[in-house]
Order: sequence, then structure tokens, then C-alpha cells
Amino acid sequence: MFDLATIKDLLGLVNYWVVIVLMMAGFYTVIAQHNLIKKVVGLNIFQVSVFVFYISMGKVSGGSAPILKDGIETYSNPLPHVLILTAIVVGVATTSLALALVVRIHHSYDTIEEDEIQTIEHGEEDIA
Amino acid sequence: MAGTAYWLVKLRNLFAVVMLSGIYSLIAAVLYVVMDAVDVAFTEAAVGAGISTVLMLGTLALTTDQEKVHKKPPVLALVLVLATGGVLVYGTFDMPRYGDINAPIHQHVANRYIEKSGAEVGPPNIVTSILASYRGYDTLGETAVVFTAAIGVLVIIGRSKGGVMPGSTAARRRRKDKDRAPDQPSTASSDLDEEASS
Repeated sequence: MFDLATIKDLLGLVNYWVVIVLMMAGFYTVIAQHNLIKKVVGLNIFQVSVFVFYISMGKVSGGSAPILKDGIETYSNPLPHVLILTAIVVGVATTSLALALVVRIHHSYDTIEEDEIQTIEHGEEDIA
Repeated sequence: MAGTAYWLVKLRNLFAVVMLSGIYSLIAAVLYVVMDAVDVAFTEAAVGAGISTVLMLGTLALTTDQEKVHKKPPVLALVLVLATGGVLVYGTFDMPRYGDINAPIHQHVANRYIEKSGAEVGPPNIVTSILASYRGYDTLGETAVVFTAAIGVLVIIGRSKGGVMPGSTAARRRRKDKDRAPDQPSTASSDLDEEASS
């Protein structure tokens, strides 16, 4: 049922599967965890998985790092590298913004658990 | 790497989570080196593992480092995540294989950059040439994003004249009043104390 060629062919997809596993771990953290810092960390996991996805697409078998040198014929694709360089820096900017929001929320509500914040919010509505 | 991610989701001590996310970034950097992206690896190690971790530690210092336990298992989330993952894995069967030189991504401008950037721009590092010259506007936009984020952070947690974050005292006092309501009524003097302490 599985001959050697098929298995070899499927091995070429393992990089995508690793990315998907990481991406889903991040996705799960973002939607299932109640702690806001955990959610930010989950976003980071998700982000890095996308970076790995891009970089793995840019890889060429037998290619070298995209730095020009005599005697090297094949280079990996430099374009995804550039895009991801930009994305990493932007990612840190958004992370810092999210963390600032977390600090601000903690200042106002004294908690960073999402459900507790909702309880406080609804409690205030009942009083009003 | 997947193991790190698993423990990142599992652990409740946020300090450990932050440290693990730094390790996760470093492993990602190693992975980038393996896949020929040396510049990206540098950036990930410095920015992803360094600055992000420092920012998160700062947040932990200002908030709390322990996550509360939740009893209800998030079944719906798990189902949703597994379904999405399954669909994505199904989607990969049409993707070009790892390292395939005939993949669509290698057929467009990248070849031109590799062949001509040495003559047209100069630096031997092709990534530098693209970043600063061919796609300079991207970098300009990136700078704008970082600037906007910095302003945003200042607006959100910057201190106003009174030494407190804007608009926060009202919500806090209201809640403290409510907590205290059963046994001791809130007085004007305790309100003042709170404001002074915050």
C-alpha cells in the first residue's frame, strides 16, 4: 500500500505538518486559554509557525544561504527571508502593544483572567 | 520545538511560560539557520528571543506570574483546532515538496534578485540588497508600524499628570467599594488613601 516512493514523497511535506502542529498549538492557546498573557504567548507561537512556513518554502535543496560568493551556483530564495525579517520586527511591535493592553487591563481590573474580567463587567452592569 | 509548544500551552506558571517562549524562539532561530535564512535567524534570536522575553518579563512584573486553574475543559476549542488542523494537512498534499527547485515561489523575481543584485546594488548579501533597495518601501512601512506601536504603548500605559493611568481610578474604586460593601462601608478618607497609594 505504501511503497518507498510514496513515503519519500510524503516526507517532503513534513515541514508543512510541523508548521501546522505549531500553528494549531498557538491557535488553541489563543481561543481556549483565559489568561491574557498566555494568549499573547499563543499569538507568538502562531506567528513563529508562519515564519517557519515561509522560510521552509524558500529553501532549495543543495542551495546555500543567499550571500553572493564565487563558485556557488544555487542559492535559497532570499525573498521570503526579507519578508520575514520585516514580519519579526512588526511582530514584536504588536506584541508590545498587546502587553501594554494587558498591563492596562490589570491596572483597571486587578486580574488578567478573561472570565474574571467578564464577571466584573456584568456585575457592574447589574448594579447600574 | 513541538514539545516546547506543548509545554507552553500546558504550564500554569507564567514565568516558566515566558522562559519557554524564549527557548521556542531560539529553536526557531536554529531552524532558520538549517533552512539557509541566516539573517532571519539573527533577527529572531535578538528580537524574538531577546526583546520579546524582556517585554513579557516586564509585563509579569507589573501584573502577576501565576495563572488561575480552570475546571471546565475547552472541548469546543479542541474540536475546532483539530478540525482546522485536519483541513490544513489535507491542503498540504497539493503543496510543492520541501526543497523543490521547481516550486512556483522560485520562478518569479527571486532569480532576478540573485543574478543582478550584486551588480545593481552591491552588497554580497542578497537579503540586504532586497531589504534596503528593491523592497525599501516595505522597510519604510515597517518603521511606520513600529513608530505607531510605540505611540500606542505610550498612550495606553503612559502616565498622566496625576501619576495614574488615565481613567483607571474610577473603575478600581467602584470595584473596591463593591468588595467591601458587606461588612464595612467605604468612606471618603479610604478613597483618598487608595488614590494616593495607586
